[in-house]
Amino acid sequence: MSVEQAPQPRVVFERPELLADRTTTYCPGCGHGVVHRLVAEVLGELGLGPRTIAVAPVGCAVFAYDFLLIDFVEAPHGRAPALATGIRRVRPDAFVLTYQGDGDLAAIGTAEIVHAAGRGEVITAVFVNNGIYGMTGGQMAPTTLLGQRSTSSPGGREAGLHGLPLPMTEMLAVLPGVAFAARGSVADAAAIGRTKAYLRKAAETQLARRGFSIVEILSNCPVGWGMTPLESIQRLRDVVTKAYPPGVIVDRTKPELPASPAGRASAEPASAEPAER
Amino acid sequence: MTAARPAETATANPAEATAEATAEATAEATAATPAATPAGTVARPAATVPAARPGHAPPPPRRVLMKGNEAMAEAAIQAGCDAYFGYPITPQAELLEWMARRMPEEGRVFLQAESELGAINMAYGAAATGARVLVSSSSPGISLMAEAMSYMAAAEVPVVLINVMRGGPGLGSIGPSQSDYLQAVKGHGHGDYRTPVLAPSSINEAVTIVADAFELAERYRTPVVILVDGILGQAMEPVEAGFRTPERASADWVLSGADGRPPRVVKSLHLLPEALERHNLHLQAKFVEIAAREVRWAGEHLDDAELVIVAYGTAARVARTAVARARAKGLAAGLFRPISLWPFPSAALADLAGRVRGFLAVELSAGQMVEDVRLAVSGRRPVAFEGRMGGMVPTPAEVVAALRALDAEAREGGR
Repeated sequence: MSVEQAPQPRVVFERPELLADRTTTYCPGCGHGVVHRLVAEVLGELGLGPRTIAVAPVGCAVFAYDFLLIDFVEAPHGRAPALATGIRRVRPDAFVLTYQGDGDLAAIGTAEIVHAAGRGEVITAVFVNNGIYGMTGGQMAPTTLLGQRSTSSPGGREAGLHGLPLPMTEMLAVLPGVAFAARGSVADAAAIGRTKAYLRKAAETQLARRGFSIVEILSNCPVGWGMTPLESIQRLRDVVTKAYPPGVIVDRTKPELPASPAGRASAEPASAEPAER
Repeated sequence: MTAARPAETATANPAEATAEATAEATAEATAATPAATPAGTVARPAATVPAARPGHAPPPPRRVLMKGNEAMAEAAIQAGCDAYFGYPITPQAELLEWMARRMPEEGRVFLQAESELGAINMAYGAAATGARVLVSSSSPGISLMAEAMSYMAAAEVPVVLINVMRGGPGLGSIGPSQSDYLQAVKGHGHGDYRTPVLAPSSINEAVTIVADAFELAERYRTPVVILVDGILGQAMEPVEAGFRTPERASADWVLSGADGRPPRVVKSLHLLPEALERHNLHLQAKFVEIAAREVRWAGEHLDDAELVIVAYGTAARVARTAVARARAKGLAAGLFRPISLWPFPSAALADLAGRVRGFLAVELSAGQMVEDVRLAVSGRRPVAFEGRMGGMVPTPAEVVAALRALDAEAREGGR
């Protein structure tokens, strides 16, 4: 008697190895889950899990270490790029990552991110921009759009009163130490695919020791925005990505482009002084 | 004496107040140069510095004339410091400059940060991976570092922080001061925590304490503070203590990449009250252990003392002279010098309170350590205070006058 061979199930979607098998603690519809997954996929595909040291921010994404199965240190608010600098300088072989929100990176941590980028630190910043302080209850962030209501701009953000939104990644991109800067989003499947490609390019930029790399990821905060998850995704796609256009903002990874701030592999020795003084 | 600078160019400094003191104190005073000594005018090749190598007997002591900031910096290098992060501020700038030159020579990390916030957080990141890390600053910069000190104390990350104190509050002055005592001893930042605080009173002692600080930091997984005033940072003195490289404590917590082991997290967030209280209880148990095991102090002329000056750092140097003068005039004075400011040597002071007539705290401040002296003495004897602020240093004559007043008060109280 012959038994018909059962067809082997084909896996079309599985949890990345570096993503913990646990229930999310983020709010329903929050974009951090997608971004966590993208980070886990890229690190896994490049085999970087065992040598990654990541820096968690203050804000909702402080819990990144509950979901990503890599070593983490938790920074004071905004200081992640300084911690990452310290790690990079003493651990040349580590893959060094910061995961920061827009309050963390674009407000309280502007000095740290600007100078890490300016030095061309060989680190990668994952900058999740949802235009709001989510964890503290939906206050205005530097990236909050004009007219957007928040608990600290209840009548909507006004240029004359609150100032204009800060295009952080464009600001960083002018620095020669920034080897790669791009902006993606989690608005739909195609955008998520492009965002993953940017993350992969940023990681490869670090592996090639070309300098600082950053990927801004436009994300949604249904609770902070006072919307359903679906409404928030529609706003992300129709409004936010118009104000902050996705795409590659700067790519200085081509070898013919001039080197090389501190920390890059291609840098000349800093001191040209004679050996005996 | 291996002095790179001719002794005759040395001129007076506040420590010269010790002119009438004992032979030992006089030798120290004449070896010291003024706080205003310009940086970089003295050639001190690293080769003249005795180096300790792990696994080898330390070289025989040699006397080398060194500036306090530079001696502490070199002591850190010889103690195996892997990385230094700093930001310029007077009166500690020579420490940063020494590291800028010497750390690359040793193939180690030197980085000038964009701010004191940047420097201390770079240190936090590097130390979280197990590196032996030094940070230094002076008072206003230390205030900026307070945030990360709290985080590192909570996350149990070992870092050594040197505060070369200047006059405050605010931008204050660049003169010597001890007005950051309460900040250092009661906790720089927010939350329930302590950090060990060590206070040398000579450059020679500072060299020893730098190595001790790294050892304490790693043994207890805690930030450790070395608290010196601007005079100890700026003055030059003979260093003969020899350098020491402490053994590295085993570290099964450091971040190195989750390669063949579960991921590690170095953090201070514990959202559940039960969990945070558990963590606090763990930290407090550690502080109790440190308080029991790491108290340091030194005494001079305490055996027959009736009046005891309590002073640390440069104030203790002035006090030593005052004790000698007072004794020459028939006043049985002694010196109690706390070296660990936290844990404070309260038990030893309480013992003394049983057999002396009174205490005089001498500080370069409005009176900060005196609060801990009063807590230790607990009302059993009068505790007087003598201090100057803003970069001024009490003279031995002022201290002797305060001793006389204390003597009278103690006699009055005794009637």
